Amino acid sequence: MEYVDSLTGFRLDGRRPNDMRQIRGEIGVVAKADGSALFEMGNTKVIAAVYGPREVRCEYSMANFSTGDRTRRPKGDRRSTEISLVIRQTMEACILVHLMPRSQIDIFVQVLQADGGTRSACINAATLALADAGIPMRDIVTSCSAGYLSSTPLLDLNYVEDSAGGPDVTVGILGKMDKVTLLQMDSKLPIDIFENVMQLAIEGCKAIAQYIREVLLENTKLLESRKGL
Amino acid sequence: MISRLSSRRRLAEPAQPSLLLLPSDSTSPPDFLPCLAVLLPSLSISSVLPAPAQPFLLPSLSPSFLALSLRSSLLTAQPFLFLSLSPSAHSSRAPSYSRHSSQQLPYSVVAPHINKEAAMTTMLRELRLSLNQTQRVRLQSALQSLQEMSSLASTITVVADTIPVNHEDSILKGHGTSDLNGEVVATLCGVVERINKLVYVRAQRARYKPEVGDIIVGRVIEIAPKRWRLEINFSQDAVLMLSSMNLPDGIQRRRTAVDELNMRSIFEENDVICAEVRGFQHDGSLHLQARSQKYGKLERGMLLTVPAYLVKRRKQHLHHLQQYGIDLILGCNGFIWVGEHVNSHGENDSAANRENREDAVNKTGELQVIQEVQEPERTTPLEVRQHICRVANSVRLLSALGFNLTVEFIIDTVEASISSNTDIKDMLAAEFYVQTAEREVQRRVSLSRKH
Repeated sequence: MEYVDSLTGFRLDGRRPNDMRQIRGEIGVVAKADGSALFEMGNTKVIAAVYGPREVRCEYSMANFSTGDRTRRPKGDRRSTEISLVIRQTMEACILVHLMPRSQIDIFVQVLQADGGTRSACINAATLALADAGIPMRDIVTSCSAGYLSSTPLLDLNYVEDSAGGPDVTVGILGKMDKVTLLQMDSKLPIDIFENVMQLAIEGCKAIAQYIREVLLENTKLLESRKGL
Repeated sequence: MISRLSSRRRLAEPAQPSLLLLPSDSTSPPDFLPCLAVLLPSLSISSVLPAPAQPFLLPSLSPSFLALSLRSSLLTAQPFLFLSLSPSAHSSRAPSYSRHSSQQLPYSVVAPHINKEAAMTTMLRELRLSLNQTQRVRLQSALQSLQEMSSLASTITVVADTIPVNHEDSILKGHGTSDLNGEVVATLCGVVERINKLVYVRAQRARYKPEVGDIIVGRVIEIAPKRWRLEINFSQDAVLMLSSMNLPDGIQRRRTAVDELNMRSIFEENDVICAEVRGFQHDGSLHLQARSQKYGKLERGMLLTVPAYLVKRRKQHLHHLQQYGIDLILGCNGFIWVGEHVNSHGENDSAANRENREDAVNKTGELQVIQEVQEPERTTPLEVRQHICRVANSVRLLSALGFNLTVEFIIDTVEASISSNTDIKDMLAAEFYVQTAEREVQRRVSLSRKH
C-alpha cells in the first residue's frame, strides 16, 4: 500500500510528509481535579486529570470506545502498564519533585479516541494538566512521533500509518533546555535515516511546545483578569 | 508547460473535486489555459469523485502525452485527476532534512488561535447554564473588558519563561523560580511579583496552602483515640486533639478516660466545625485548635465549597451580617459556612450545662435524660432562611465567575439581587449571572478611576 503517493507526495489523509495533524488543547475540563486538560492531535483525543501533590504515579487507560471496535481492555495489560511507565518517567524528569517531599501526584490519562500517537497526546495533555494544577515543573515536556514509510520520513503518524509495521519513533523533549526525556522506536532503521526521522520529530515537538505555551498564557491571563483585586 | 491539478482529500469529509492550480517553479500559464478551460466542464458533469478511488496518476512524461490523455478523457467524459510533475518539482519534494531544519517549523495547524469560546463554554458547562445569544455576547464583552482592565499582561509567565531581571542587582529567587544558565526561569504559570529584592511567581490555581493561624472550616470524618479527624480541602486530613477543644463544662482540667468516651457528645461524625490552624505535624498534616468561644460546632446553616485560591487571607474571617442575622465564615481552605447567627457558643453551652450538671448531681445513679434544660427546639425564621439562601447563591455565583470572595462583594451581590427583585432560585440563572459580571466591570472601572 502506498503510504506516500510517489507523484504528489501526499499521505493517505492528504497531509504532506512533514505536516502535523491539527492540534487543540483545552484546560480545566475536569472540575473536581486540581488540574486537567483535553488534548487533541487530529482524531486522537485524550483527557488528563492531575490530583496532587500526593505521590508520583500515572495510570493509562484506553476507553472501550476509543478504537475502531469496542473491546474491553483489561486494565493491567502489558501495553497499558508499559505506556503508564513511559509517561510516568517522562513526567518525573520534568516535575521538580524535591519541592514536594513525601507527596503524591496522581496523573490520570484517559484516551477518548485513538488514531495513532496516543502516547504523545497523553504526554502533551499531562503537561497541560500539570501546569494547570500549579505543580512546579522544570520545563514544558512535549512529545511527537515520526515514522519512515515509502522511503519518506513522516511526521505525526495516524493509525493506518502506524499499523503499517514501519518504524515509529516517539520523542519527548524539554523544549527550552533542549533535552530528550523520551525516545522510543519500533522496528528497525539504519542510523543515518534514524537521525533524520528523530530530527523531524523534534521539530514537531517544538511546534507543539509553542502551541502549549500559548494556551497556558491565555488561560493564565483569563484567570488573573477575573480574579482581580 | 508544467502545472499541477490536485484534489486534496481529508478523512471523513465527502470527496469534492477542487481545482487548485498550483504554479510550480517554472510555469507558462498561457499555454495551459486552453486545456484548463476545456477540462472544467468535464469535471462539472459528474461532480462527485468516487470515494475510495485513488487519484488516477499518470507518470510524468512529455507534454505530448499530456495532450493525448486530455483528449481521451474528454471523450469518455469521466472525471479524473490529471497530475503531472516536472523534474524540478519532484526533487523539491524529496526529503532533505537540512532544508527542513533551516526552514520554518513544519507544523500546519489550521487554527492555532486560542479559542476564548472554549474557555467560556467550559465555565458554563460547570454551571449548566444556557445563555441565549444576547446574554452570551454581553458576558463575553464584560469578560473582555475585565481582561483589558487588568494591567497584568506584562507580568504573567508560563512555565519555562524567562523572567526579566536586572542582572546587576542581586536578586533573591523565591517560589516558582529556578536558575537555568544564569537566567531566572519560571516553574509555574502565574503572576510575577517583585518585592524589594525578592522575585517570585504566584500560582493562580494552586491547592490550599495552610499557614499557622488560618481559620478553617472542616467536617468530622472520624473519631480516633483522643482526637477528631476532619476533612478540609487539603491533601491530608486535619487533626483536632481533644486537648485542643474546650470541654462542655468549661473547666480547664486534664482529660480523663471518661472524657475520651464522651467525645461523641461534643462532636460526632459529619459535624461541621470551625477551628484555627495551630501547626503542622511531622507528616505534613494539620493540627487544629478550637479553644476560643468563636470556634466550635456550626449548626443551622449551609456549607459551601469553593476553590481555595478565591479566598484571600484577611484580618477577619468570621463575619456577622447584622442586617440579615447571619453568620458568614470564609474558611481559608475554601469551605464557606453560611448560617443563622448564634449569639456566642459559650453562653448557650454553659447555661445549659450548668443546669445539666445540677440535675445530674441531684439524681443519683439513675439515667435521667433531661431534654427541657436545653432551649426549646426553635426553628429558624423564614426570612433568615431566605437570606441564608441568598448569600449562599451569591457565593456560588461569584466562585463560578472566578472572582475573589470578599464580604463586601457578597453583600453587594445580595443587595443587588434584592433590589432587582430576583427570586432566590433565579440568582443562579443566566440573567443575573450576566448582570453580576457587568456590575463587577463597572465597579472595577470606578475603582480604577478613583486612583
